[in-house]
Amino acid sequence: MKLVFSRPKSMFDRQTHYCPGCGHGIVHRIIGEVIDELDIRERTVGVAPVGCAVLIYDYINCDMYEAAHGRAPAVATGCKRVHPDLIVFTYQGDGDLASIGISEIIHAANRGEKITTIFINNAVYGMTGGQMAPTTLPGQRTTTSPSGRTPDKEGYPIKICEMLSILDGSAYIARGSLASPQKILQVKRYIKKAFETQIKGLGFSLVEVLSMCPTNWGLPPAKAQKWVEERMEALYPIGEFKMPKEG
Amino acid sequence: MFESIILAGFGGQGILLAGRLLALAGMKEGKHVTWLPSYGPEMRGGTANCMVIISNEPIGSPIVTFPNTLFIFNQPSLEKFLPKLLPGGLLIYDSSLVNYNSSRKDIDLVAIPATRLSVDIGDQRVANLIMLGAYVARKGFPSTEKMLSALKETLGEKKASMFEINERAFRKGLTYGKEA
Amino acid sequence: MAEKLLMKGNEVLAEAAVRAGCRYFFGYPITPQNEIPEYMSWRLPEVGGVYLQAESEVAAINMVFGAAGAGARVLISSSGPGISLMQEGISYIAAAELPCVIINVSRGGPGLGGILPAQSDYFQATRGGGHGDYHLIVLAPHTLQEAFDLTVLAFDLADKYRNPVMIYADGFIGQMMEPVELRDPIDLSTLPPKPWAITGAKGRERNLIKTLYLEGDKLEAHNFRLKRKYDEIVRNEVRYELYMMDDADFAIAAYGTSARIAKTAVKVLRDKGIKVGVIRPITLFPFPYSVYESFANQLKYILVVEMSMGQLIYDVEYSVKGKVPVGLLPHAGGIAPTHEEIVSRILERVESRGDQR
Ligand SMILES: Cc1ncc(C[n+]2csc(CCOP(=O)(O)OP(=O)(O)O)c2C)c(N)n1
Ligand code: SF4
Repeated sequence: MKLVFSRPKSMFDRQTHYCPGCGHGIVHRIIGEVIDELDIRERTVGVAPVGCAVLIYDYINCDMYEAAHGRAPAVATGCKRVHPDLIVFTYQGDGDLASIGISEIIHAANRGEKITTIFINNAVYGMTGGQMAPTTLPGQRTTTSPSGRTPDKEGYPIKICEMLSILDGSAYIARGSLASPQKILQVKRYIKKAFETQIKGLGFSLVEVLSMCPTNWGLPPAKAQKWVEERMEALYPIGEFKMPKEG
Repeated sequence: MFESIILAGFGGQGILLAGRLLALAGMKEGKHVTWLPSYGPEMRGGTANCMVIISNEPIGSPIVTFPNTLFIFNQPSLEKFLPKLLPGGLLIYDSSLVNYNSSRKDIDLVAIPATRLSVDIGDQRVANLIMLGAYVARKGFPSTEKMLSALKETLGEKKASMFEINERAFRKGLTYGKEA
Repeated sequence: MAEKLLMKGNEVLAEAAVRAGCRYFFGYPITPQNEIPEYMSWRLPEVGGVYLQAESEVAAINMVFGAAGAGARVLISSSGPGISLMQEGISYIAAAELPCVIINVSRGGPGLGGILPAQSDYFQATRGGGHGDYHLIVLAPHTLQEAFDLTVLAFDLADKYRNPVMIYADGFIGQMMEPVELRDPIDLSTLPPKPWAITGAKGRERNLIKTLYLEGDKLEAHNFRLKRKYDEIVRNEVRYELYMMDDADFAIAAYGTSARIAKTAVKVLRDKGIKVGVIRPITLFPFPYSVYESFANQLKYILVVEMSMGQLIYDVEYSVKGKVPVGLLPHAGGIAPTHEEIVSRILERVESRGDQR
């Protein structure tokens, strides 16, 4: 029988520092479980972002780097090129990946870099206090779009999965959501598949996760989850966008 | 010995290669050598030049401001560099392309119709070797043997088939230089 | 003794890296260093290494962060504008104490500037360059043989101190050809192990490469640790050349190509009976402050010759602390000082003081 709340072996026994209802802790745990299930802890390398999840290395017990803001895919590339046998993943927020690091992620995907990216889309810059992100929804109020994002002034939300799917180098691209327990299980399946894509050497893999930032959204955790389902999923459809071509 | 050389002309005339061959042959003669190409905006205009120093002593500055030998492959280069040639220096120019119109009398002049001679040989690209032949004829340095070994090494295996025609060009320049 | 080869400076730098055990290169094209990536793109695969052209210098330096963190000997090269873009990454590499070698084949600035040789990135190279308190070890070759030897040394110093090392060359060094004696490649198996590197946490505690210290006392402790390391580098690694300085009344302070030109000027001046020499820093960090200072009482004048608008002169003046007058002969934009100019600047000084013998 499986104990639902047992800690994955590849995680430290430690309380996370995230706000109540934050999505980061959930996704960390999924990653820990997937590493356990694939039994790859001893050959897995993580690259932490700059953002709320910079301390992911305090929770996941494998070799890790902490990259500069947005540069995790480049750091992962350097590592993977030296050690092609290691499993290298980056974990990045939407400011990190979709704004300052947009160039690094596009080119890593386009090179078909054999790495896996877990991309947390919470529609704001969390760590710096809820400023507008490239993924912020039209009309969404943030600390730097106080009367709501207006696309004609601030542009449109960036759809990373759709963008990266069209690149020949990307192998597996999927988007999931943390809006319900079923969807969380689906995210786990996606993340596992992404790691498997890398293990099989099939190319670049990325899973975008629509995630909650109750603190900066000004919503209690339950409502935040509902907001992901109703608002974010409407703009960012969930599902698998690109499947790897098996050897 | 201290030879400070400028070679100048159009891009595509093999100026940089000619300079390299001189430097390499100089090295094979046991001398200190440097080779410095012009790069940058002036190359865009299609001109090319390089500076070569061959010396008994270790070389300080690789930059040649006032050469004692000048190889001139086109008219604008003559106008640009002739005033810098040291008194008593050697000017070798391609008289098929360059019209010597200066009143300077304090220099040693070798006019050689290198381009015309190269056409006779069958390939305009070897005019540079004809000029080198004329230089060796005048200076007695570097030896023909070292020049040809530098040529062979520089062409490498990939361009080995070009050796023969380049050698012929070099020897043509040598003969012409001795007669001139 | 190995035979001498006539090689281009950029290729010497690249081949030296390969022979020093470098197997990874990340870069982005920029003149006047393009022969380095071009050379590496065929040479590294030949020895089982990886050449990768990054999408930008920003990405390239972070690939270096990844590869250096993974324990490899890794090289990156660029020039002015590209080196500026790398500064963020270089600061992270210094903070994480990762060894790597960075070549700056420097060109004229500021801005897009030009592609001709210059030494105008002296402050950037010697003061860290990016944000935070850190130093690179900076080596400035003035011949191609020295470019080879210092590049090999750079990889050893980088590993020894776990610190980025910069080869600060200029466009002349990159573009010129000169005979070079190549040393045999090192035996990779003799390199010391890097137990801190990212290799997969198999049979050991996991390794973590990071630069964030949120608590003030922890960050300060980190800064003090780095400082102790830089102090040790200052104690052990100062390198310089004294050229005809024994009886010198006048000295020229110059590095890289400027120093070569200065040596030519010294020959001309010595023929005129003027006792002049060159004090040439080989390491720009650590700088040979005490060497200049030790000559302060012997000298009547120091002329600083640099292809920049007065950067090196700060370190020279700091060394001699006003005990001897210091003058400046600056050039920029690809215009090199001529030895004739140096000669006339020294002669002016000799005549104005009336102490020519
Ligand atoms: C070059 C640089 N610019 C800005 C910052 C400040 N900064 C830290 S975290 C962050 C935003 C992170 O937002 P996101 O990637 O969405 O992650 P989240 O915190 O929401 O998980 C910014 C701008 C930085 N560290 N470095
Ligand atoms: S600010 Fe938002 S993203 Fe950051 S920990 Fe809190 S809830 Fe999570």
